[in-house]
Amino acid sequence: MRLRSPHLLGIDGMQADEIELILDTAESLEEIGTREIKKVPTLRGKTVVNFFVEPSTRTRSSFELAEKRLSADTINFSASSSSFVKGETLLDTARNLESMAPDFIVIRHSQAGGPHFLARHTACSIINAGDGPHEHPTQALLDAYTIRKHKGTLKGLRVAIVGDILNSRVARSNLFLLTRMGAKVTLCGPPTLIPLGIRQCGAEVTHDVDQAVAGADVVMTLRIQLERMRSPAFPTNREYAKLYGINRDRVALAAPDAIVMHPGPMNRGVEITGDVADGNRSVILEQVTNGVAVRMAVLYLLAGEIGREAAA
Amino acid sequence: MPAANRVRILDAATIDRCLTRIAHEIIERNKSLEGLSLVGIRTRGVPVAQRLARKLAEIHTAEPRTGLLDINLYRDDLSLVSTAHPVLRKTEIPFEVDGSKIVLVDDVLFTGRTIRAALDALMDLGRPDWIQLAVLVDRGHREVPIRADYVGKNVPTSHDEQVEVRLKETDDTDEVMLIRSPVPPTQAEGGA
Repeated sequence: MRLRSPHLLGIDGMQADEIELILDTAESLEEIGTREIKKVPTLRGKTVVNFFVEPSTRTRSSFELAEKRLSADTINFSASSSSFVKGETLLDTARNLESMAPDFIVIRHSQAGGPHFLARHTACSIINAGDGPHEHPTQALLDAYTIRKHKGTLKGLRVAIVGDILNSRVARSNLFLLTRMGAKVTLCGPPTLIPLGIRQCGAEVTHDVDQAVAGADVVMTLRIQLERMRSPAFPTNREYAKLYGINRDRVALAAPDAIVMHPGPMNRGVEITGDVADGNRSVILEQVTNGVAVRMAVLYLLAGEIGREAAA
Repeated sequence: MPAANRVRILDAATIDRCLTRIAHEIIERNKSLEGLSLVGIRTRGVPVAQRLARKLAEIHTAEPRTGLLDINLYRDDLSLVSTAHPVLRKTEIPFEVDGSKIVLVDDVLFTGRTIRAALDALMDLGRPDWIQLAVLVDRGHREVPIRADYVGKNVPTSHDEQVEVRLKETDDTDEVMLIRSPVPPTQAEGGA
């Protein structure tokens, strides 16, 4: 069993057995996070550049923790502190980073395809930590890991993804992953926030949140990404909360043992009410915990693929 | 593969006798099983450890605790080019390692590198009072200064031979085969 690529650019194109390999590996690695000494020597001497062109707290610290728990050396570049603000192109920045001979570049970029571009132009293993509205594969993997822990399997589950689908890379990666693993996905949001043609990716689409949530095993709420909206997609936050917000009454429509997820950061009182976010159905903080083990699994498996192409 | 190249060096009855003897040796050497635990190295060290635990229970009434160790995160060949990383399985040590007395158990002792990794893995989990090593087969060719405290059978081998341990729990039969054809040992098998 191995991954078919030395990069993790997206869930699209990954096979079910690769996804399962990552989740199973994460399960084995999770125990390290419960030890007194949370460190194993596996990636000793490997260097990881965390190159975050877009702001991030959760994902960047989760990657950094995963890298450190595997004993890799880490360097962090962020948009504000990098020569990006001085006008350097992505290719030049990448070449400069590569000159320092890292093994991995974890990149978050505001443009879809940024990580793919790096993969074509550098010899390192590239991990996509979110590229514009395109994909966020490790988020989908940690969501799948969290769901699997609660439900045992992904196959046959009914998952409602509610919110800003249009701007959400989390929604896309989750949609690819969940449908690949045999779950049934319903996307829900205002018509202005549902991308055209998304049905072709295997999702059901509805604009009625009660209908989307009814009987669902998993309710995944997404953040309203005001920073990505060029023109207002809905009149007011209050109206959005009324029509699409996940509250106690709507959770009650879901399956009796349904779990509620959110990739963070949350707009409390808009896409999710505080009582649901903090309630007993919420697994939001577990998602964060699981993120470290899942990212360790990705690093461990990709490290086994580094140099494979060169050697082949 | 022609049958002539495979020789059975231990059958089910002999394996059982070896484990019975090792169980007695463990008691003889340590007097008491107080605080003693058996830790099997995945994959086939695990059933060997469980069988030893049952043997000890038969002789000594109390069954020692057992744990499972996956050593892949501690291997020294992970950075070798063009080999996919081995599939990880869970390490499960359901007892406090600090102050414990551990008998590490594996099926084959060969280069000693697996045991080196296992010792590092155990030490990361705590500080045992001591660690001893029990193996079903010692085939020689050590590459690091490690020796076993309990050996089921010493088997002189040449470097290009393979020792294949098959156990009911993992392979539906109990036997140890010596494979004489010059098949290059795969990375995952061969009992390093």
